[in-house]
Amino acid sequence: MQEEQQPEQFTFDFHKETAEISAGPSDELKLKLGEFAGPLDLLLFLIRQEQANIFDIPIAKITDEYVKYIRLMKSLDIAVAADFLVMAATLIEIKSKMLLPRDPSAPDEEEMDDPRKELVDRLLEYEKFKAAAGMLHEKTTVEQAVFQRGKIESDDSNAEINASVFDIITVFQKILLRHRDEIKMEIAREEISLSDMIKTLKRRIFEETELNILAFFEEMHSKRELVTAFIAVLEIVRTESVKLIQKKTFGEIILKAVTNGTGN
Amino acid sequence: MEPETEIETEVETEEVETEIEEAVPERQSARGMAELVAIVEALIFVADEPITTKLLAEVLSEDRDAVDAAVGELQKEYEGRESGLQIREIAGGWQIATRTELHEEVRKFLKTRPSAKLSLASLETLAVIAYKQPVTVPEILEIRGVQSASAIKTLLEKRLIVTKGHKETVGRPMQYGTSKEFLIQFGLKDLTELPSIEDFEDLAN
Repeated sequence: MQEEQQPEQFTFDFHKETAEISAGPSDELKLKLGEFAGPLDLLLFLIRQEQANIFDIPIAKITDEYVKYIRLMKSLDIAVAADFLVMAATLIEIKSKMLLPRDPSAPDEEEMDDPRKELVDRLLEYEKFKAAAGMLHEKTTVEQAVFQRGKIESDDSNAEINASVFDIITVFQKILLRHRDEIKMEIAREEISLSDMIKTLKRRIFEETELNILAFFEEMHSKRELVTAFIAVLEIVRTESVKLIQKKTFGEIILKAVTNGTGN
Repeated sequence: MEPETEIETEVETEEVETEIEEAVPERQSARGMAELVAIVEALIFVADEPITTKLLAEVLSEDRDAVDAAVGELQKEYEGRESGLQIREIAGGWQIATRTELHEEVRKFLKTRPSAKLSLASLETLAVIAYKQPVTVPEILEIRGVQSASAIKTLLEKRLIVTKGHKETVGRPMQYGTSKEFLIQFGLKDLTELPSIEDFEDLAN
């Protein structure tokens, strides 16, 4: 089945175009193209235009006009949704059924079912929802005249508190203090350069998305490494899309990759 | 019990004081009405979404009746002095908002225009979903006579509708219903506030 062709906003150009269909020798129909939400909508419009009784639809005339409309849409290169064509077929079927002479042998008491009945029922049902749509439109229009206050910042709406460099220094000192006793002697080991440290840190942040800097510092083996790690943190915050956050005040500081949309 | 309330009770109903205390043994408010009205106003103001009487009562350890009375008082107060604000019941909760009549001035200040409206197709689809929920795509097609997939997509994106599980029938089609956001955006207390679909019959004919 083909998708309906109704665009979602009334801003498309072809909505503004008007075209004319001659509905008869004298009277002309002016139709705004693309205004119909579906074949039932178009059908209702045509019935109203004819000022016809919905319970006694002049099916031949309405079918003609419906088909004219579809042709017009096609001639203007508007893709006609399959559902509109299905309705055209339904109308033609009803029209042909009505042209058939009644079976003379059929008993008079049992009224032959009006071939239009099913369509009329659908139209009546549809009309209710069309009216309901109008009601919703009114409601939303009224509602748009009412304004609420802007967002208030709270721990829920803004769980992340920006941590300052001062906060990192405090963490750094804490670890330094802890390491002071542990690290009794320094053994010459492979030195890790700042650029390597930055690379490691970057990889860790983007792999884990959130990196607790206390834990990261904790992994360092020497004062030298610690200092390098500290500088790496400062550097990465300065140059990369990485944010220092605290989940709560005086909470642990976390390095977080800034994903699109959440960055400030 | 706080001394304040005791004093109040003494002054107002000195003779029946003991009776009242017996009649309302649980959770008797330690706050005076005026205080409760003020607190309720503050909480409705700061709440991001319409706040329910239930939640207000829980947070404040008050009776729901007391909270409702306070909200009622607050509404009267706003209306009484023709405030620029109003206390509204939306989506089952209370909300503080500007008065409708002031929209021009508010918009001028906010430099906003009414946001993009829903298309006819989307509104119709939404109407069918609101009245027939939970409803499947084929059922919507049956009523509208047109495929509604793009309208449904738009409505889902705008969070006006939500999926309501599969229908246990051939093909197990997805069912849709309206969301809380729908109530909020259309200014409805709840779904029962929508006029009956049969009411549109007379209107249409």
